[in-house]
Amino acid sequence: MTTATGIQSGVWLLVAIPALSAAVLLLAGKRADKWGPWLGGLITVPLFGYALALFFSVKGQHDREIDKHLFSWIPVAGFHVDAGMLLDPLSIIFILLITGVGGLIHIYAIGYLSHDEGARRFFGYFNLFVAAMLLLVLADSYLLLYVGWEGVGLTSYLLISYYYNRNSAATAGNKAFFANRVGDVGLSLAIMIMFAYFGRTDYAHLLFGNVQYTKGVAAAIGLMLLLGACGKSGQFPLQTWLPDAMEGPTPVSALIHAATMVTAGVYLIARSAAIFEASQATRTVVTIIGAITLLYGCIAGCGQDDLKRVLANSTVSQIGYMFLAVGLGKGVFAIGLIHLLGHGFFKAALFLSAGSVMHAMNDRIDMRRFGGLWRVMPITFAVFGCGYLAIIGFPFATGFWTKDKIIEAAFDKGGTSGYVLGICALLGAGITAFYMTRALVMTFLGEKRWEDDVHPHEAPRIMTWPMLALGALSLVGGWLLIAGGNVQKWLEPSVGPSIEVGAHTINKWVLVAITLVVVAMGVAGGWVAFGTRPVPVTPPMGVSPVTTLSRRNLFADAFNEAVLMRPGQWLTRALVFFDNRGVDGVVNGAAAGFGGGSARLRRMQNGFVRSYALSMLAGTIAVVAVLLAVRFQ
Amino acid sequence: MSQHNPALLILTALPLVGALAVFSLREAQAKLAKQLSLAVSLAVLVYTMVVLFSFDTKGDRFQFVGSWTWIKAFGVHLAFGVDGIALVLTAMAVLLVPAVILASWNALDSRAGSEEAATASGRRRSVKNYFGLILLLEFFMIGVFTAMDVFLFYVFFEAMLVPMYFIIGSFGGPRRQYAAMKFFLYSLVGGLLMLASVIGLYVTSSVKTFSISELIAHPMPDNTTQKWLFLGFFIAFAIKAPLVPFHTWLPDAGAEAPAGGAALLVGVLDKVGTFGFLRYCLPLFPDASRYFATPVLILSVIGILYAAFLAIGQRDMKRLVAYTSVAHFGFIGLGIFAFTTQGGTGAVLYMVNHGFSTGALFIVVGLLIARGKSRNVDDYGGAAKVTPILSGMFLLAGLSALALPGMSTFVSEFLVLVGTFTRHKGLAVLATTGIILAAIYVLYLYKRTFQGPVTEKVTRFHDLNAREVFAVAPLIALIVFLGVYPKPVLDVINPAVKQTLVNVHKSDPTPKYGTAAGGTK
Repeated sequence: MTTATGIQSGVWLLVAIPALSAAVLLLAGKRADKWGPWLGGLITVPLFGYALALFFSVKGQHDREIDKHLFSWIPVAGFHVDAGMLLDPLSIIFILLITGVGGLIHIYAIGYLSHDEGARRFFGYFNLFVAAMLLLVLADSYLLLYVGWEGVGLTSYLLISYYYNRNSAATAGNKAFFANRVGDVGLSLAIMIMFAYFGRTDYAHLLFGNVQYTKGVAAAIGLMLLLGACGKSGQFPLQTWLPDAMEGPTPVSALIHAATMVTAGVYLIARSAAIFEASQATRTVVTIIGAITLLYGCIAGCGQDDLKRVLANSTVSQIGYMFLAVGLGKGVFAIGLIHLLGHGFFKAALFLSAGSVMHAMNDRIDMRRFGGLWRVMPITFAVFGCGYLAIIGFPFATGFWTKDKIIEAAFDKGGTSGYVLGICALLGAGITAFYMTRALVMTFLGEKRWEDDVHPHEAPRIMTWPMLALGALSLVGGWLLIAGGNVQKWLEPSVGPSIEVGAHTINKWVLVAITLVVVAMGVAGGWVAFGTRPVPVTPPMGVSPVTTLSRRNLFADAFNEAVLMRPGQWLTRALVFFDNRGVDGVVNGAAAGFGGGSARLRRMQNGFVRSYALSMLAGTIAVVAVLLAVRFQ
Repeated sequence: MSQHNPALLILTALPLVGALAVFSLREAQAKLAKQLSLAVSLAVLVYTMVVLFSFDTKGDRFQFVGSWTWIKAFGVHLAFGVDGIALVLTAMAVLLVPAVILASWNALDSRAGSEEAATASGRRRSVKNYFGLILLLEFFMIGVFTAMDVFLFYVFFEAMLVPMYFIIGSFGGPRRQYAAMKFFLYSLVGGLLMLASVIGLYVTSSVKTFSISELIAHPMPDNTTQKWLFLGFFIAFAIKAPLVPFHTWLPDAGAEAPAGGAALLVGVLDKVGTFGFLRYCLPLFPDASRYFATPVLILSVIGILYAAFLAIGQRDMKRLVAYTSVAHFGFIGLGIFAFTTQGGTGAVLYMVNHGFSTGALFIVVGLLIARGKSRNVDDYGGAAKVTPILSGMFLLAGLSALALPGMSTFVSEFLVLVGTFTRHKGLAVLATTGIILAAIYVLYLYKRTFQGPVTEKVTRFHDLNAREVFAVAPLIALIVFLGVYPKPVLDVINPAVKQTLVNVHKSDPTPKYGTAAGGTK
């Protein structure tokens, strides 16, 4: 580990600049309404430039773990946390993703929100998000990471409830924050365990200091970190907030709830590779959660009529793949991260084109009211198409390289568990193809089912250019990331080398063929069900139990309501009653017993002297009692 | 011991002089009374800052010590002095006073800033007396933190409740008299128990003195007497703090007091309780403190969770904020009785932060209530649209109450939790789940008042004016600044906490796999 030199020493500017911009936008008030969105939108461009410069600067040196010490943050005896930043291969790919994809989405948002009177506030929050997210990935200790971690949670909350006058948006924001806080309990406890056992919370010691973790401690820390990761990344059992988060403006869904923030859980696990490596049990739990969530997301994605909710469930599912990958451990961390980057490209492309559709359809998002849009919105259709090909894993598009690698790695784990995980992942790929085909067909193909007052049109250029860039990345990004194993090699210092297993469980080409057949079946199923006959404008009734299950998100919301929310409300009411009647009642009752009726206490003018006297009496008795006790020693 | 540094005597007396001057004004000179009070409170603030910055963090535990004989027969002295703990709490108190004065500027006018709807009868309330009482309260508050003589402390401790009693009883809401009486009775019971213990302490101590530094230097033998005396002090402080189950006076007092008074009541007066734990219970009765630590820790954790649930269930906004404070006092109690440097330092920083954060929260809630003339959340909705500045301030104050990382409240809460965890894992885990409940009570309140469809009543609200912004903004700025850079304050607090732990014969547990360097880089 070396200290930062040259342009690297300014790495804190990556956090400070967007934070400052956010402060300006939020504090300047209406004065900034005119230029605010431009400032907020374009500030990401120099940030991306700087991130690139940092990348080349780090690439040019041998020791690629660079620490920039900033100041002593919390020094209390043995607990000594410094604020500092770590530039290493892992954090660099994240700052490139955040400022790069984030920059494109910022520019798109300038167009998307051009008619919104709150645009300045939006960009204030959006910039604050970038600052917090960069802090999250650049922090050099778990405690500082926590600050960024909560910062992105806060901005996520603010942006989900951006249309705060809508009750649904306000509720969704609260739900997201509460779920995140459940995760925060895990993260907090993980840090406490680190301190209690190692006296430190910084990466330099815990991750790069050759600490020998015992199985128990590693499992305890790992499981707590995993709880935090599940909250942030919308993984089972904390996944239900993410589809609701689509209440926010679409650029928010693209940047925060698809490309970056929700992948922070994967970052956390990959960053803590040294700890997860030390506990096989914890990694098994990670893979199980990944497998459950990837299937959950797929199945729930099939039953949504709201295009953004389809994509949100698909995000849940894709992050499930990433969890599965990082849970497989040594050698597969990098694969998970590469899928994370690829997913950042294609999911952003999908969301931005969904936003373009919404923009054109007067903010309506019900796919049953779309149809035939490819004619009027060719660019949007093309970009959505690129994202579609990428996510289903069409040959040579991004998902083909990145997702199929995860399926392969799952089978390669070996044994029964390898087969179970591999089949889950394979099944997920098929269902993904099904629901994405459904979404594509219902939105862009078939007959128009528009309501009378909409006149769809292609989006302005400030929106289409970023979309096209992301569309192109969706097609070729996967190949760029995987070709020659460059990214894997680059990530080696952070997460260890990728291991090409000599003998695959299933021959590589056979598996590719199987995967393609499964995907083709999914596509065909989607086409047969939705492309060959008219789509009704209202959801059909009397459907099969499977469809109901999917539409109701596998009853996850109903479960939460019945098991957490209602009992919580009952408990709250019971405690309020108990405190008013029980604890306070005893006090008032005692006072009434002395004073002759609680009304006496309320009419204090009358009761004053007596109460005072009684209290004096009580006090005197206590004095005497204590003095007696003292005397008898 | 014959030090006669008058710095703190002057500091303590300054608001008293101001209060007398304000009381002596005529009722018609209301405006002058406000201006004079503000000027005095700002002068006190500046003076305190000077003291704060000349405090030597590497020097003696007690500094600026000045002592003059008061009652010779019993060795009572007018003794003043501060350690790092008392100093930061004094600074917090004197910072909050000008904010409260600014926020209450029009609070007694029948029209603009009053929290109640104007009634036909329209009580006439003396403006100058209100501001005079605030300054008088400031005098007692400073005195209670700077007193270096147990008897003097007791006098300030008891006297403090008089101005607060009148602030609640004369200037409060509809049930003010019930609330004031309840506050008075609770405090009085606690005070009398303490008086008994103060006397007991003098009688049984080997040095026959009330001087705190002398008493710390000559701890009592470990026996039943020590336990009884500890309990006397402890219950008095637990009522003041308040710790569950001694808390039921606070929601009534906090709800009925005018918002500014509530800010001082919860922000400062209640800190005297937790300050008392650290300054009196621990060093004077070290063995008893250790003996009773476990029940206190358990009560603290119960308080954190129980009061948080109660806060979630409230519809009266001021009661809600009062309950959040009860939960926060649980954290402070936890930090103090965990007997670790992190826990203790966290607890003291928590007291400071909580003063700012809850002070700010009470003030913004008061500003909202002054617009809507109702404390019930159901009467609001969608106010962010109409009053964006108030909404932003409200949210920031709320976020500091839920200890958002990046704000100073997080630093203190995390220190308390981590300090507790190293010694009591189960309790720390339970307490940590409190952070979920904190998010719920803050954001659920914000949702019901500022989000959702705009109600008809809310459309007539006006946003904050410059004076109101100046009342709250500095508090929030400070919370954010100390979240990023808490070191200066931690450095002041730390030595005093370490010495307190030496007094109770406790040292931090060492990390099992720790490095020899003890974790410093």
